[in-house]
Amino acid sequence: METLILVLVGVLVAVATYLILSKQLLRVILGTAVLSHAAHLLILTMGGLKKGDVPLLEESEGPYTDALPQALILTAIVISFAVTAFVLVLGYRAYKTNRSANFDELRGTPDE
Amino acid sequence: MSNMIVLPLIVPVITAILLVFLRENIFLQRIISLLTVSFVVLISVILLQEIQKQGVMRIDFSGWAPPFGILFVADSFAMLLVLVANIVAAICLLYAIFTIGKSFEKMYFYPFVLLMIAGVNGSFLTGDIFNLFVCFEVMLLASYALISLGGEKVQLREALKYVLINIVASWIFLVALAFLYGTVGTLNMAHISVRVMEAGADPLITTVALIFLIVFSLKAGLLLFFWLPGSYSVPPTAIAALFAALLTKVGIYALVRTFTLLFPTNTEVTHMVLGIMAGVTIIAGCMGALAGRDVRTIASYNVLIGVGFIVAGLAIGTESALQGVTYYLMHDMVAKAMLFLAVGMMMYVTGETVIDKMSGLIRNYPLFGWLFFIVMCSLAGIPPLSGFLGKVLIGQGAIEGGNFVLLGLGFLSSLIVLYSLLRIFLSSFFGETIISLEDEKPLPKRMVLPLTLLAACTIGLGIGAEWMAPYVTDAAKTLYTPSLYIDAVLDGTTWQGEVNK
Repeated sequence: METLILVLVGVLVAVATYLILSKQLLRVILGTAVLSHAAHLLILTMGGLKKGDVPLLEESEGPYTDALPQALILTAIVISFAVTAFVLVLGYRAYKTNRSANFDELRGTPDE
Repeated sequence: MSNMIVLPLIVPVITAILLVFLRENIFLQRIISLLTVSFVVLISVILLQEIQKQGVMRIDFSGWAPPFGILFVADSFAMLLVLVANIVAAICLLYAIFTIGKSFEKMYFYPFVLLMIAGVNGSFLTGDIFNLFVCFEVMLLASYALISLGGEKVQLREALKYVLINIVASWIFLVALAFLYGTVGTLNMAHISVRVMEAGADPLITTVALIFLIVFSLKAGLLLFFWLPGSYSVPPTAIAALFAALLTKVGIYALVRTFTLLFPTNTEVTHMVLGIMAGVTIIAGCMGALAGRDVRTIASYNVLIGVGFIVAGLAIGTESALQGVTYYLMHDMVAKAMLFLAVGMMMYVTGETVIDKMSGLIRNYPLFGWLFFIVMCSLAGIPPLSGFLGKVLIGQGAIEGGNFVLLGLGFLSSLIVLYSLLRIFLSSFFGETIISLEDEKPLPKRMVLPLTLLAACTIGLGIGAEWMAPYVTDAAKTLYTPSLYIDAVLDGTTWQGEVNK
């Protein structure tokens, strides 16, 4: 199971890398969103997928599943949610002001 | 007493939230934000005294004993950085109050600055590596908002690149965390150190260490600095000075912690890579500083030379080099803030950014001219200013450790720094004045005040080095012997048993 998920992580990273390397602003932003999903799955897998019961010490005798990766992912999801929301707004403003969503045209001139 | 450790994080967060509701009342916003930062300065002075008496202090949140809960650890190194960072932030805030303008102040400028300071303080103090990630993100989100505040064309364009680079860097941070957790099964920094020492020079752990190196190099501008000159030259002066003083330093702090505490094994590989990266950064920074004609570009590349020099000290890694790193980090925060404020003021009075187009400023503004002279001397490391001692100690460490290449590069870079700033000084401050008396823009005293305060700090850090010595020595001792830190966090006996097993 772990191997399967890791392959999935790899596929997600590949997709995200492809998107980020493109020149359209929106694709790049979507790429970063996919990238964060890959990281979350990776954390879950590294902590070990379901190995035992819910970690409520008096309810069962164990072995218990490690609950920490889920807590980490929850935090990471909230952060990536905030960042993605921010970068979408920023991207929209940049598009409105610079009248372009293409990174070739957003490069800027050296003597500004 | 140890509950006070949380105040540098929690007080700015609370006041930042409070200030959101005081949006219309700019006067109150100014007063409260200045008071908050000054309060943190006071707290860090008290904590610094306390650490000298009772050693490394910690606070376990909700009473979860380490290694299970999140905790804050205050050692001299972290506390010194909190102290200087907040002094510099207070002075930059003062400059912002006088210059930034109503439109910024109404757009939540102060809450964002306070949130950024909270993130910076949290990053310095935390003893849990995932919490470090969270504090980084707090700081970065605030900095994203600050860099795009104002919404000019160039700003939005550079902000976009800055944000995207940092998103990718944060992603690598998460990946490194996942691998670390998979390898050693803990997130408490002291506990990681113990587990890593148990495992010895395991190639897997070295790989994880190198992934962390990539993350923090991106944040610190070590070798992977391509984003830095662009994004540090677009925001208004006060914000650029805050960025230059604080953001890269947090990355360097993380590098120092990672490679003294977390991964003390297999230093041949990690410290060699660090040394090479530091050397290349110094060379590239020097080339950029020499080639630039725009004052902001020269200032940004000077940030990089500073980063390279500090990391060179870390790569050398002897106790006196670490003392030098501590001194130089403090000096660099003050001096870089001062350099960026000075550059901003040059642009304010002339309306130009290219050095050839300015001339004779010292005749129009003598005080400002001499203040720029002080920054220049301080950055070049001329005694009795603050840069001197850091350079001497790092140099001493390099000779002890036999790293003569880094020694040579470091000291050559001082000359280049001097030359690049002397170029600004000669062409813009000396020479025929081009501003006639009628056209002279008045430079109000209150604008020069922050620069004067920073000059006082750099002189104070240099002359007061004797007074700072016990704190710096203690900081370097804790960095050099990680067991002091680990003992304070894990209560001694338990972990030593684990290592012996």
